Amino acid sequence: MAEFVMPALGADMSVGTLMKWLKQPGDTVARGDIIAVVHTDKADVEVEVFTSGVLERVLIEPGAQVPVGAVLAVIREDGAPVAPAAAPPVAPAPAPPAEAVPHIVISPSARHLAEGLGIDPTLIQGSGPSGRIQRKDVEAAAAARETAAAPPPVPAPPPAAAPPTGPAVEDRSAAMRRAIASAMSRSKREIPHFYLGQTIHMSNAIAWLAQENLRRPVTERLLHGVLLVKAVALALREVPELNAVWHGDELVRREDINVGVAIALRGGGLVAPAIHETDRLSLDELMRAFRDLVSRARSWSLRSSEMTDPTITVTSLGERSVETVFGVIFPPQVAIVGFGTLVERPWISEGQVLICPVVNASLSADHRVTDGHRAGAFLVAIDRLLQEPDKL
Amino acid sequence: MTRDEITEAVLRALSDVAPEADPATLRLDVDLRDQLDIDSMDLLNFVIGIHEQVHVDIPEADYARLQTLDEVVDYLVEKTAS
Repeated sequence: MAEFVMPALGADMSVGTLMKWLKQPGDTVARGDIIAVVHTDKADVEVEVFTSGVLERVLIEPGAQVPVGAVLAVIREDGAPVAPAAAPPVAPAPAPPAEAVPHIVISPSARHLAEGLGIDPTLIQGSGPSGRIQRKDVEAAAAARETAAAPPPVPAPPPAAAPPTGPAVEDRSAAMRRAIASAMSRSKREIPHFYLGQTIHMSNAIAWLAQENLRRPVTERLLHGVLLVKAVALALREVPELNAVWHGDELVRREDINVGVAIALRGGGLVAPAIHETDRLSLDELMRAFRDLVSRARSWSLRSSEMTDPTITVTSLGERSVETVFGVIFPPQVAIVGFGTLVERPWISEGQVLICPVVNASLSADHRVTDGHRAGAFLVAIDRLLQEPDKL
Repeated sequence: MTRDEITEAVLRALSDVAPEADPATLRLDVDLRDQLDIDSMDLLNFVIGIHEQVHVDIPEADYARLQTLDEVVDYLVEKTAS
């Protein structure tokens, strides 16, 4: 039997609230399936299972707040014998939806509208690119529902003991601020940061991107941030000690490269979930993953592995015309790369002064893990990779 | 499309990327990025939304002309008339 536990979904998360089960006892689960939703200070997180088998028992009911590491359910692994019928009885959880949550692409506005109207977005056919559900699709679904059904009696107001839902937005913002404060304080308290900076010549990247986007339909355009993230991912292959996390008193290197991207949330706060296997994705795949991640982050719907897997974070304040970022490392990661805005600056090349677009890149790194020499190699690798954007 | 229809479509596209935006209080002559804290992903989604609703494909080179709501509507009126 394998235990499915409340995961640690942030540097200072100590408890989480089980929102709902997406599988029932007896259901088959495969590694990577989302089987539960957990509320944290930063998001409602879809929690994946890392064992294949059958969901034997659920031990925690929706609405309960439990500490990190608490066993939420028991999974009978593939090939394991069935548990005896005389197993201790457990309080059955309220009947959750049996089906897995299908992946949908929906705009934040449409999601809010669907929630407000009580419409299941999985039942809506999106009319946007790649089936993206938009407000008009939700409005159409609402209109269809009203015309299809005979006028029902006016429903009674919802009971006070409604099914568990996330706390109000105001509460979430305050909780997120506390979570950020806690993680950043810990970072500055425990991690001996050092900082390096590099001005990167961006003429090649910007020219390539402009040409590339000119030939693409608007729905498939790339953002220049995608080039930056991909360059960071490829540079990690060259300096693998930065592809790691710090646990206890030791460095734990990771094989997969999962770059976290800082996403500002509307109304304040930020999250930095991972784009999995960032180095292996084409720029198109990376752009799609990034769009999906931003959309889900802003609708408070991320997956557990996205919260736990980043080994490094990329943050950009270029949108706000900031030229240089000095980032604070997200524990237990060991580095953060910051990019400023794209600006035109004098650039000396072969004895001539040219006006060129440049971006300031910074690296904040953990001095317990690496030193200026290797960190410098990493930053220079990012620079070099960006000079050949067609190879990213 | 009339100017009013275009304005309505632009506001719909905007509400998709900035759901908290209140059309009643939006300033037509003030930079949208400053009013609504729009980033490059929001801008791209806004341009995609306009493409879906008004069927105008805005090239990146024209983004600089689209700072305010008035400018966006003017631009689309010009493009749909041609």
